[in-house]
Amino acid sequence: MAEFTLPKNSRIEKGEHYPAPSGATNVRSFKIYRWSPDDDKNPHTDTYDIDMDNCGPMVLDALIKIKNEIDPTLTFRRSCREGICGSCAMNIDGTNTLACTKGVDECKGDVAVYPLPHMSVVKDLVPDMTHFYAQYASVEPWLKTKTPVSLAAERLQSKEDREKLDGLYECILCACCSTSCPSYWWNSNKYLGPAILLQSYRWLADSRDEATGERLDSLEDPFKLYRCHTIMNCTNTCPKGLNPGKAIGEIKKMIAERSL
Amino acid sequence: MKYRSPLSKATGLGSAKHGFSHWWWQRVTAIALIPMGLWFVISILSLANGTHAQAQAWLSSPVNAAIVLLFTLTALFHAQTGLQVVIEDYVPTKWINLVLLLSTKFAAVVMAVLAVIAVLKVAVGG
Repeated sequence: MAEFTLPKNSRIEKGEHYPAPSGATNVRSFKIYRWSPDDDKNPHTDTYDIDMDNCGPMVLDALIKIKNEIDPTLTFRRSCREGICGSCAMNIDGTNTLACTKGVDECKGDVAVYPLPHMSVVKDLVPDMTHFYAQYASVEPWLKTKTPVSLAAERLQSKEDREKLDGLYECILCACCSTSCPSYWWNSNKYLGPAILLQSYRWLADSRDEATGERLDSLEDPFKLYRCHTIMNCTNTCPKGLNPGKAIGEIKKMIAERSL
Repeated sequence: MKYRSPLSKATGLGSAKHGFSHWWWQRVTAIALIPMGLWFVISILSLANGTHAQAQAWLSSPVNAAIVLLFTLTALFHAQTGLQVVIEDYVPTKWINLVLLLSTKFAAVVMAVLAVIAVLKVAVGG
């Protein structure tokens, strides 16, 4: 049956407090989830008080400042710092988003920073993305064609058909949406989740692709696709402003169209 | 599981190649239940202050008996498809999952048979 409480070794405890340097006037507190596989400690939240007069405006700036100046053991992923790589996806102030595009001034009170929900934690803010990426690979996210085209030629597409990919190709696979979805929390072993379904629809919507039928065949499944109950957390949380809920609806419409 | 590749775990046993019909009929019955439900509630309310004989006469009309039966059977079918989703979502242990799924379907069939017998008994006269 469903588990209603966390196992003893998963309960989050209160951790260390690192006060701001004396004389700081513009102080914000960051409550950050910490867990290490190398000790037997329970996960805990450490509190870091940061002088925002000496820190960049984004949550990622604060995390980097903490790692550089206060606590080098703090572990998180980051790369582009401009919302295009998806590495710094985490749960900030109760919402999954990218630390690099989330302003500290957008958060109320203490800034709570947790890893993406309901994922296995590798360390601190780093979730294990192995299964998520494997699910992405399982939808075969590449152009599939049977019509031969000479190597020198292009596969052409009308402007209108190209426009159908807008709102889909921008997905950076940060997993904010999938890890905000209760259906994905309970059944991610089988349910593909909003991110992977949006990516899958990106190829279903591509006028040049010739494997639409096979793609729909492999999606028509009570769990892979139909676990979506239009909860819409995905669309609410997407840091790129995309609409995975609509993309899933479009897949269901395509399956309806070929069945009716 | 340890030595299986992540892709092998993600693909699992592949697609069941169904799911549309469940999704479709859940929605069709939901829409059908709106007018039938309204009709049913209004009818029952109008009978609430009447006599037993009046209610019996009302259900003896073939049209009323037919809509009452259609409403009951559609509602049972709809309830059963909805419960199936809840069980699939929240009960991961396979054997409990199967027992619950079969129990709800069995209960729906039993209630459907009882409803048919009850309505026919009044409608045809017993």
